[in-house]
Amino acid sequence: MTEGKASPDTESGPARSMAWGPRLGWDRGALARRVGALPRPVKWALIGLFVLFLYALPLLEIPILSTPDTDFGAVLFTVASYVLVALGLNIVLGYAGLLDLGYVGFYAIGAYTVAVFGSLQAQLSWWVLIPLAVFLTTISGILLGAPTLRVRGDYLAIVTLGFGEIIRLTALNTEWLGAAKGITGVPRPPSVELFEIPHLQWEGATAVVDLDDTTTFLFFGVADQAPYYWLMLTVIFLVLGADRMLRLSRIGRAWEATREDEDAAELMGVPTFKFKLLAFACGAFIGGLSGALFASRQGFINPESFLLLLSILFVAAVVVGGAGNRYGVILGAIVVGYLPERFRGFEEWRLLVFGLALLVLANFRPQGLIPPRRAKRAQAVDEQLEALEEGTARA
Amino acid sequence: MPSTSLEAQPASRNGTALLSLDDVSIQFGGLKALDGVSFDVREGEILGLIGPNGAGKTTCFNVMTGVYQPTSGEVRFAGEPLGKRKRFAITRLGIARTFQNIRLFGNMTALENVLVGADAHHRTNVIDALVRSPRHRREEREGEETAREVMKFLGLERRADELARNLSYGEQRRLEIARAMATKPRLLCLDEPAAGFNPAEKAQLMDLIRRIRDRGLTVLLIEHDMGLVMGVSDRVAVLEFGRKIAEGAPADVRNDPAVIAAYLGTEADDAEDFDQEGDL
Repeated sequence: MTEGKASPDTESGPARSMAWGPRLGWDRGALARRVGALPRPVKWALIGLFVLFLYALPLLEIPILSTPDTDFGAVLFTVASYVLVALGLNIVLGYAGLLDLGYVGFYAIGAYTVAVFGSLQAQLSWWVLIPLAVFLTTISGILLGAPTLRVRGDYLAIVTLGFGEIIRLTALNTEWLGAAKGITGVPRPPSVELFEIPHLQWEGATAVVDLDDTTTFLFFGVADQAPYYWLMLTVIFLVLGADRMLRLSRIGRAWEATREDEDAAELMGVPTFKFKLLAFACGAFIGGLSGALFASRQGFINPESFLLLLSILFVAAVVVGGAGNRYGVILGAIVVGYLPERFRGFEEWRLLVFGLALLVLANFRPQGLIPPRRAKRAQAVDEQLEALEEGTARA
Repeated sequence: MPSTSLEAQPASRNGTALLSLDDVSIQFGGLKALDGVSFDVREGEILGLIGPNGAGKTTCFNVMTGVYQPTSGEVRFAGEPLGKRKRFAITRLGIARTFQNIRLFGNMTALENVLVGADAHHRTNVIDALVRSPRHRREEREGEETAREVMKFLGLERRADELARNLSYGEQRRLEIARAMATKPRLLCLDEPAAGFNPAEKAQLMDLIRRIRDRGLTVLLIEHDMGLVMGVSDRVAVLEFGRKIAEGAPADVRNDPAVIAAYLGTEADDAEDFDQEGDL
């Protein structure tokens, strides 16, 4: 049942590596196999090191990764918020199969809750604001879902598209919500200044500890964005854990069954409407949380921060990475969030390159960069069948 | 009508009515798909439901499982009217079904498909799943036990981790039965389970249906294959143009003039075996 148990015999066959290896010259199966075969302590140590590396990223200032034109910590935060959003949308789109084109609406509700009740209309504490934002967004997800989840497919996409725009336009036209000029002075997370952590400085291939360039742990200010990234990263790990728990339970199965065949699921005793609503609520929860964190880092929001384009980028992140695979959508979010920041020099070409990349991807990896286990297996079987039909089957 | 006299005869395994259709009619626009149909499925029997294409057999299934609401009349299960119960609630009540066109969850494994069926009676909620509560762990364990037992019963235990869409046709048909049985039904409705089977597979299926009944389930069977229906059913009900034209023991129904005229007497008898499309 667990994904781990299923992998050994499905990912190790020579047919699989033959089928997938040459395509992009990269065989994830082999990597997963090698890591999986390691003894437990070594495996945990490796995972621990990797997590440490992720936390240390803004301090390492690795030349090829770092963004020349913008603060690297800020870029990392942006990428991390894309990752969090993608994880939330993955529950809606990847697991339950509901095409939500207005996901930015939840992001906006989370952000506006923090801004409106933290600055414009009231001055609540950050510790109250975040739960409040998440609560209101989840409620809004249920309110949106209750009438709209009765329609299917294309209609749901249209209704949610409208929802995203309605939220933005409401904010734009309501004085109480700051209207077009937006809201300033959004409260930042409370700081606890404990100690200074120095950054590295690279001279060629050698790294030197640079004692002049330090990050205060844990000071949420304007200049140094690394602490926001750490906060976001921690939230991501928590969400990842929750995602896994839900996925490997009755709830995850019910979502998948609903996606596969809603009528059959209903006739097998799955209250599909309830589970679709739950998926929507979970998605809204995570979307609202990332919106709230975004606002409390940004310090300033206006309706321009929540354009339709953002919804489309979110969906792109999920689809590019591989809807239904949580690691796939993380990679997708990194691609969508990081690459444009890294290659700012090509900014005017951004959309063109992005379109081309999508075309290439649709052609070569239609299931996403890291497709879910089901799509991989199905593809491997399809290819074996094709080979058999052509009479070119290997012995 | 000969059917009325046959109806009174005791079946080979006489039980109380588990499912009753009472004067059920259903209308789609100008078309009467079912017209005053009444029959009982008795506890512990195998009832065959036959009729030419378009006679309303699958519509009958859809009324019983809550897919359609009858325009008039009533369906009762274990004495209780189904009323406006939702489809999943009817499944939990104890009616499970398979589909004429296979409708598995293709991108889930065979075991996961069956687990979805077993989940019909589970109560695990988000909190349970997040904290891995005792209820979650108990239900996961029980669900997997049920699923593996049912799959073993249907000879699918070695295919548990295969994706449903990658199973062979016959295995997919059996997996549908396994998924339905995992919901722990009292009444199992099989919609043309032998469609596309060769004679050897049909013989195995007959044996399987009997074994399902021997587990204590009541079976309602829609089938085109006369040999199979007549061979396995305790009683047979015949539909034509949305009306019930006969009901009784297979031998009696076979000799019923109305049935012969409608269905059996023609040479279509054998040709029906190859004709699976076009029904509702």
